[in-house]
Amino acid sequence: MQKITREQLIDKAVALLADGTVSCVLGWSKGEFDYDVTPAMFNNEEELKANFVFNDFCGVNFSKYLVAKTQKCEGKILVFLKPCDTYSFNQLLTEHRFDREKVYAVGIPCEGMADIAKVKEICGDGISSIAFEGEKMAVTTLYEDAPVMLAANDVLAERCINCKSKKCVAFDELMGDEGNVIDSNRFDEVEKLEAMTPDERFAFWQNELSRCIRCNACRDACPACTCEKCVFDNPNSGVENKSPANSFEEKMFHIIRAFHVAGRCTDCGECSRVCPQNIPLHLLNRKFIKDMNEFYGEYQAGAEVGSRAPLVNYTTEDLEPGEVFDRRDTDA
Amino acid sequence: MRKCSLDKINLVFAEIAKNAALYLPVDQNDGSAAYKKWEEGTVWSNALNTVRSPKDFFFPQTEDLMAFKVEGKNIEVMDTRSESEDFVVFGVRACDVKSFDILDRVFLTEPVDSFYGSRRQHGIIISLACTRPSETCFCKTFGIDPSEPAGDISAWKTETEIFFLANTEKGEELLNKLSALTEECDDSAVNAQKEKITAIMDKLPLKELKTDAFGGGKTNELFDAPEWAELSQSCLGCGTCTFVCPTCQCYDIKDFNTGNGVIRYRCWDSCMYSDFTKMAHGNNRLTQKERFRQRFMHKLVYFPENNDGEFSCVGCGRCLAKCPISMNIVKVMKKIGGNKSE
Repeated sequence: MQKITREQLIDKAVALLADGTVSCVLGWSKGEFDYDVTPAMFNNEEELKANFVFNDFCGVNFSKYLVAKTQKCEGKILVFLKPCDTYSFNQLLTEHRFDREKVYAVGIPCEGMADIAKVKEICGDGISSIAFEGEKMAVTTLYEDAPVMLAANDVLAERCINCKSKKCVAFDELMGDEGNVIDSNRFDEVEKLEAMTPDERFAFWQNELSRCIRCNACRDACPACTCEKCVFDNPNSGVENKSPANSFEEKMFHIIRAFHVAGRCTDCGECSRVCPQNIPLHLLNRKFIKDMNEFYGEYQAGAEVGSRAPLVNYTTEDLEPGEVFDRRDTDA
Repeated sequence: MRKCSLDKINLVFAEIAKNAALYLPVDQNDGSAAYKKWEEGTVWSNALNTVRSPKDFFFPQTEDLMAFKVEGKNIEVMDTRSESEDFVVFGVRACDVKSFDILDRVFLTEPVDSFYGSRRQHGIIISLACTRPSETCFCKTFGIDPSEPAGDISAWKTETEIFFLANTEKGEELLNKLSALTEECDDSAVNAQKEKITAIMDKLPLKELKTDAFGGGKTNELFDAPEWAELSQSCLGCGTCTFVCPTCQCYDIKDFNTGNGVIRYRCWDSCMYSDFTKMAHGNNRLTQKERFRQRFMHKLVYFPENNDGEFSCVGCGRCLAKCPISMNIVKVMKKIGGNKSE
């Protein structure tokens, strides 16, 4: 469960609004249920006290919102960034996607976010309330009198189980500790895919990607996808499509997108979080990250502003393209 | 009314599948359910509903309309129609059954959409009463009773048995084919089941949601409501809500260049997309606020205006569960409707 509280964040926001540091706040707004929070702009204390929430369901990565919000808001925006959000924040700055001067970033610690699907897997549908009691989550449903007590680990989102860093790498101010980069097992699943034969791997992705409904949520939530006009939305591009004419096209969309964000993807996991069909899209990106680490040395997109990603940075140490082919031949 | 023990449900499925393709909700690896074609060994899901709605059966996401083969200066037009399969969809919830009525109003009024019409003719719906509604359910708001699902055959499930009642000639015919596996019964068990469902409906968190502020004739009052800006401020502009929606019916027609010809197909479109209804003069909805407003005005104002007051939402709750930022029709109705009725 989160250690930092809603009240602490509201106090911070109210203070920064009062002393004129910021003119508005990008935060999480409460929903119909205890788990459905929506990103929203707050302009004053009254709005914050009425609707601002912070809990284990505040998974949305705010960094991408800054691209549009900084262009609309007069004055500075206060944004609360979880450690993984700070990597996206830096990456967007590296790509000059928003004006740093228009943002006041407060880094906040994160204990990992919950996945409501996992809560429902355990407690069933019909959730009437979720209360946070110390280290536990008390879930009450319409069907049982007593709440089910869940530990954070029972319902931790996949991306948080494999959290790569608890370190805030960008902030104007920190609440809590700066945190540390941690050892994660995030490449384990990629290794499982690598261990498959090409046919098995093809079947795996065929099965996963065949569920795609082409809603574009992965792209629209992705902090690395900030093109003013996506090639897939442009009727003049010749490749625009709203749904695939055939199954090849579907794979093409996801593979092209993975290539486009390669070297820029910070592995924030928003793509898989928002996918209505639960396709593990992050595994495509992670494969690229793992390969780049192996080919060009460890690199973490967004760890700092202005770093040059391996794919756009020539060094004499770079491996020859032929070596990739050699490796491919020994893979299978 | 006829009943059968759940132990024999696979025999029922096998019998149905003898004469028609049978589709029913099946659990997937990721924990969600999806409609799949039944074959020996397929296990019927216990899930409340599928992520994708059953509108796919009548209005598939992608559908070839025709093809052209080009050789030199000759163009050959080819018939690609394929909607001739007889099929049965089993386990459709009351909300989704109602969505077919809404789609019928769009596709079966003149000029009739023969692709949709043909699939409707070839399809038989076996509905299923709900036993465990979710907190996201609000079908009652639109006058739907989950204990009385419509369809060609209505079904109710208890712990041990399943009950069938035919509502149409098609349903009657199919139920007759199942006579060896089912037995005649009275409706006492089903009535007890209905009471249980009704009791749960009274506990649902969205039970008070009202449509009073909406309906035909409200365009001028609601179109410029200041709330649209705030409601749409975080919308990503993805198509999730429209594509999981059982009643969204907008489509685009596109040509796919195959290299030596063209496949002309139609596919679902989304009013959330920037190129939706783009015309020669450009786009008539330039901001996400306008696109967002279109979706809800269509469902809550324009559609009832043109369809005898019928709203084009069935309260299935899919958009509540799946929107990446948790913005949805319930929040819109409460914000806009709430303020208007004060």
